[in-house]
Amino acid sequence: MNKIFLIIRREYLVRVKKKSFIVMTILAPILMVGLILAPVFLANQDQEKKLIAIVSDDEKFTDGIIDEELLHFTSIDQSESKNYKLNLSDSPYYALLEIEEDTISLYSFQQISITVRNSIENQIEKIIETDNLKQAGIDIEVIENAKTIINIETKIIDNEGLETSANTEASIGIGFLTGLLIYMFIFMYGTMVMRGVIEEKTNRIVEIIISSVKPFQLMMGKIIGIALVGLTQFILWIILTLLISTFAELFIISPQELTEATNTTNHSVLLSELNRLTGGINLLRIFVSFLFFFLFGYLMYSSLFAAVGSAVDAEADTQQFMLPITIPLILSFILIQPVMDNPDGALAFWLSIIPLTSPIIMMVRLPFGVELWELGLSMILLVIGFITTTYLAAKIYRTGILMYGKKISYKELWKWLSYKG
Amino acid sequence: MKDILLSVEDVVKNYGDYTALDKVNISVPKSSIYGLLGPNGAGKTTLMRIINQITAPDQGRIVFHNELLNKKHIKDIGYLPEERGLYKKMKVGEQALYLAQLKGMPYKQAIEKLKFWFEKLEITHWWSKRVEELSKGMAQKIQFVVTVIHQPKLLIFDEPFSGFDPINAAIIREEILQLRENGTTIIFSTHRMESVEEICDHIALINNAKTILEGPIDKIKNDFQTETYEVVLSRGKLTGNNQFSIISENNNIYKIKLNTGCSSSHLLESITKEHEIISFKKDFPSVEDIFIKSINNE
Repeated sequence: MNKIFLIIRREYLVRVKKKSFIVMTILAPILMVGLILAPVFLANQDQEKKLIAIVSDDEKFTDGIIDEELLHFTSIDQSESKNYKLNLSDSPYYALLEIEEDTISLYSFQQISITVRNSIENQIEKIIETDNLKQAGIDIEVIENAKTIINIETKIIDNEGLETSANTEASIGIGFLTGLLIYMFIFMYGTMVMRGVIEEKTNRIVEIIISSVKPFQLMMGKIIGIALVGLTQFILWIILTLLISTFAELFIISPQELTEATNTTNHSVLLSELNRLTGGINLLRIFVSFLFFFLFGYLMYSSLFAAVGSAVDAEADTQQFMLPITIPLILSFILIQPVMDNPDGALAFWLSIIPLTSPIIMMVRLPFGVELWELGLSMILLVIGFITTTYLAAKIYRTGILMYGKKISYKELWKWLSYKG
Repeated sequence: MKDILLSVEDVVKNYGDYTALDKVNISVPKSSIYGLLGPNGAGKTTLMRIINQITAPDQGRIVFHNELLNKKHIKDIGYLPEERGLYKKMKVGEQALYLAQLKGMPYKQAIEKLKFWFEKLEITHWWSKRVEELSKGMAQKIQFVVTVIHQPKLLIFDEPFSGFDPINAAIIREEILQLRENGTTIIFSTHRMESVEEICDHIALINNAKTILEGPIDKIKNDFQTETYEVVLSRGKLTGNNQFSIISENNNIYKIKLNTGCSSSHLLESITKEHEIISFKKDFPSVEDIFIKSINNE
């Protein structure tokens, strides 16, 4: 046991000390916070009011078009407009709106933004519609009163009759995010395991090491060491993201802007968003399940990645063996959408039970509510899957790492499974 | 009979349909240098891997130090594989320490021993270099150190001299001989027959998964000698008679073969009667000759 600890420590330290690890760990949260806060920040910066001149003989337009938050309108007469048209860039106006009998034109020096055009179109449409209705003798008040906006509140009732409000968008968000994280983690760190195995094999250090420890210990030491690297990175990301976002809110965005953006006073943007959206979803269960599927999904796949690494001499040769590993992963990823559309359907059920797809699909289903026995069954099967794949992978691994310069076929791999210690 | 440190008894190893070892027997006496010879693919590496418990035999048993070979013997065996290397990005000292600890050495002892060996081989200044900065020969020295660092009872070297320049090879050979003096037993596999001649006292020859020869090198040479002699005369011409026949002649150097039933002292006597002899010596076959002959006889 002492030896496997030595291996875990080496695998962990070597990777954590790498520059690429440190850069990724620091850069990713900055990018993440940047992506979330940049729109808020930019929206608050872009406050410049635009002045638009209206040229029209019709009072219903000159009076009817009203100022908006960022768009102000003034009415000018034809002769003025002619002067401005000659030299629009020097005029105080951002654009010139000309409304004639049957054509409406918007003149500007710079290209007009879509939002500006849309809001002008909306105003004019509304004015004409109202006018048309009036002429047809319909009372506008009646129509206004008939208008309604509804908002269905979705609630979930459990067996004991307790109701909780649920937010479908939040379920989709959480399911997708956790599923995606597991998918990325398995791929990133699974390939890291594979590369580590290939490195040891091409370095020819592997034979020196396995004269001291069992191949299985070396393989598991590497897998666990890299899992810890992943967990470290993940935890640092969470901590750094929270720190940076708090910092950013305090110093970059003024408190007033923040209040406008979130309507809260003392919570961070991220946390308050999270709280608002996830009411009614069992976050604790999701968190615990996430750690479980995250870890065992990785463990199961990484032993397969290790087996692939052991069977080849160079990373370029891994292609043919990678396919059976990546197919279930990519398939789960593609099927996230159909599963979300029908989280209790047969497809969703089976994919969340079968070990190769369950780490991703179960996470997608969980926020929509999954019966405990299904979750339990899926977990047990995943552990069994992990033990089985590790057992088989270890057999391939211990033969593979000592085979040099031989093109390996699937038939060969199958034979290795029958070799004795 | 000398104490036996390691004996391999009727060991069989199959890889699917392929038989790598077929009832192989060797016994390695304590404090000997034991040469393991054989053409490529004969099964030497498999045998060494089995002794190192990297793989297990299908049949047969291995006795080490009067006990069946088991996990606790790992710390008593040092192995320098033919296909060897180090982590390129890791620092030399860190890596040597890691490998020594994997062999079961406590941290403090490992540091001490490493310092000793690094000083002895005059490589102390490499300690914080990365392995990728070293030349191949330099890396080989580090590998040698990590093989012997835990003072194993048995050392197994697979082609230890490949990759070394003559000066470093000589240093390593000296170290190997010194280790033997200190009581270490050494198994030594190589294709370089002259180094076998120089340092081995026992050899085993493996071909096609079987041991075809085993024993003390003197005895084997004696078994293979063909009663041929090299005679150098100052002048005159030697002609064959009922005691011997001439195999070759070159500038007064004759290779002659003694006929059966005749003794070398009689032969010497009969030649000195007529000729002046500068040298007269029995021709023992070289290990290389024995190697080629035995394999061709198979």
